[in-house]
Amino acid sequence: MAVLDHAARTIFLTEFVKGMALTLKYFFKKKVTINYPHEKGPLSPRFRGEHALRRYENGEERCIACKLCEAICPAQAITIEADIKEDGSRRTTRYDIDMTKCIYCGFCQEACPVEAIVEGPNFEYSTETREELLYDKEKLLDNGDRWESQLALNIELDAPYR
Amino acid sequence: MVTAITFYIFATILVGSAIMVVFSKNPVHSVLFLILAFFNAAGLFVLLGAEFVAMILVIVYVGAVAVMFLFVVMMLDINFTELRKGVQDYLPIGLLIGFILLAEMVIIAGGWTMTDGIATAMTTATPPASEVTNTDAIGRVLYTDYIFLFQLAGLILLVAMIGAIVLTHRKRDGVKKQNIGDQVRRRRSDAYEAVDVKPGSGI
Amino acid sequence: MGKYLDIFVGWFGYRLDDWALLTFGTILNILVVVLPVLLAVAMIVWVDRKVWAAIHLRKGPNIVGPFGLLQSFADGLKVFLKETIIPAGANKFLFLLAPALSLIFGLVGWAVIPFGEGVVISDLNVGILYLFAVSSLAVYGIIIAGWASNSRYAFLGAMRSAAQMVSYEVSIGFVLVCVLMCVGSLNLTDVVLAQKNVLFGVNGYFFSGLFPMFIIFFISALAETNRTPFDLPEAEEEIVAGFQIEYSSMSMALFYLGEYANIILMCGMMSILFFGGWLPPFDWEPLYAVPGVIWLFTKMFFFFFCFAWVKMTVPRYRYDQLMRLGWKVFLPISLVWVVLTSGYLVFFGRLAS
Repeated sequence: MAVLDHAARTIFLTEFVKGMALTLKYFFKKKVTINYPHEKGPLSPRFRGEHALRRYENGEERCIACKLCEAICPAQAITIEADIKEDGSRRTTRYDIDMTKCIYCGFCQEACPVEAIVEGPNFEYSTETREELLYDKEKLLDNGDRWESQLALNIELDAPYR
Repeated sequence: MVTAITFYIFATILVGSAIMVVFSKNPVHSVLFLILAFFNAAGLFVLLGAEFVAMILVIVYVGAVAVMFLFVVMMLDINFTELRKGVQDYLPIGLLIGFILLAEMVIIAGGWTMTDGIATAMTTATPPASEVTNTDAIGRVLYTDYIFLFQLAGLILLVAMIGAIVLTHRKRDGVKKQNIGDQVRRRRSDAYEAVDVKPGSGI
Repeated sequence: MGKYLDIFVGWFGYRLDDWALLTFGTILNILVVVLPVLLAVAMIVWVDRKVWAAIHLRKGPNIVGPFGLLQSFADGLKVFLKETIIPAGANKFLFLLAPALSLIFGLVGWAVIPFGEGVVISDLNVGILYLFAVSSLAVYGIIIAGWASNSRYAFLGAMRSAAQMVSYEVSIGFVLVCVLMCVGSLNLTDVVLAQKNVLFGVNGYFFSGLFPMFIIFFISALAETNRTPFDLPEAEEEIVAGFQIEYSSMSMALFYLGEYANIILMCGMMSILFFGGWLPPFDWEPLYAVPGVIWLFTKMFFFFFCFAWVKMTVPRYRYDQLMRLGWKVFLPISLVWVVLTSGYLVFFGRLAS
């Protein structure tokens, strides 16, 4: 009987038919595609995307040039130079991130005592030249200004878990 | 008129490519010219109204035999210019053989006499072409009058094939072979067993 | 054909002589078939990608044009603007000839495909043999490409293709013999007409003892057209892209066109040989009201869907498995079936005289 069973299975190509039925089932299933540039998937508040330097509400930049981020950066992508300003506060004169070196580990934002350097939700910042990926302080502050509302919201949402 | 022009086109290309088969430097080009020659021969058959033979020529010779030729010639990678070096040495013998063959053909053609009525028998096909297609006609003679020769040809080919397999097939020891039947036959129940293992005790 | 001629006589206002008219009419006939075939190739590539995508739970091309219908044209345009690279050491003439050959052999087969009773470019007496010959010639495009590329990968692809196509032609040949014994003619129009009301009012040989032969033909057709699971000549993971590896730009596009034209031709062959061509599926009067071409195209589309479906279901065969299937499984089965069919036909006196 078992022989007959095996023979029947072979002759009627049951395995093949089963496989075909399975793929046909998937053919009619709901599709999961997101039309990317028009539709986007959800992002976690912890998403680590493009870097930004934030400011206080009065416009003063948060960064106090403690260089903790520079120290912790495993890829050594951050370069900081600091000086005393006229008002006596210690501020960075140079804050560069080499985005081609960055591994997006998020240690810089973990290390920052004043929540100045953060990784925002933006991941669409590809460039046509390599040089454009060498971010300076101006670019980072500009990012901070542009994304501030989203950055603040993300920090607030993530605060209970820290 | 059109038939004549087509005939000359086919015939010219046929002869030209046949010459190129012999004279081209690269063996692969030779085979490709051979294929072109086959095609034009098939074209000539079509002009004769023998479309069955034409198609069989294309299927068997172009579709299978020439593919094998091409396959072998491409794989072999023989330096044919090296082989051709001795052409001058062998030229006299070659010419002699060629001349003998030509003379024989001339003698045969010259001494050829036809029985009475064979000329009309040759021009009128049996059975008449207007009644049956040439496929049908070939079938009628091939499987009746020439059945013995037909079967004999088939047997010779079979023997040749078996001979080739016997000569080249060798059994090697220690080679793992896949048994697809066994693989397909294998069920989940043959391969694994779920055992409920109590804590603290082995199986 | 007379219809086009009349139209032309109307356009030019005078009669061309018969010979010119014949040539003109033939060329027009060819264009009337070939242009839709090329258009169909473009659309069928889109269908192919959509079916694959649907099985992957993706949406597939949907940006260019409505539902992405114009995707193939966009791709064609893109490919057209690329540079044609001819590798060093390649045989230039053969290198450029190969893709053209592949397309030509994909298109010439359409000469004998009947789209309806009498709607055919050339109603050859040996239509089946012609189709068989043309489908067996498709291998030349690939072999020549592989050799002329002067590349190891391309050469391996060509060798695989040659061995594969020659093996599967044998079983295709026997399947064709089965069908044409039942029909009693090599003419494709006769093949279709013979399938009227085969059994219980169903049109088509698939609804008879020839069904297993249909399955074998379908699988061999996959092998003939180098589709998965038999796409060894271009196996991406093993020999990169096989015979296509050195091709770029239009020469590669021609390969694609040829491949898909061949696939559609195979779908047409299956519809005509086993599913009653332009006949409706059932021998029921109201169904004949639908034009035969629509039935033929529906059947071809169904088979094309099956091609895409199979591609997404089964993994690629290993080379020895491919050879085993061709020589040890299909060849004996089809050979036995030829004997069975002829035995049945002789015993019941159904053999066409």
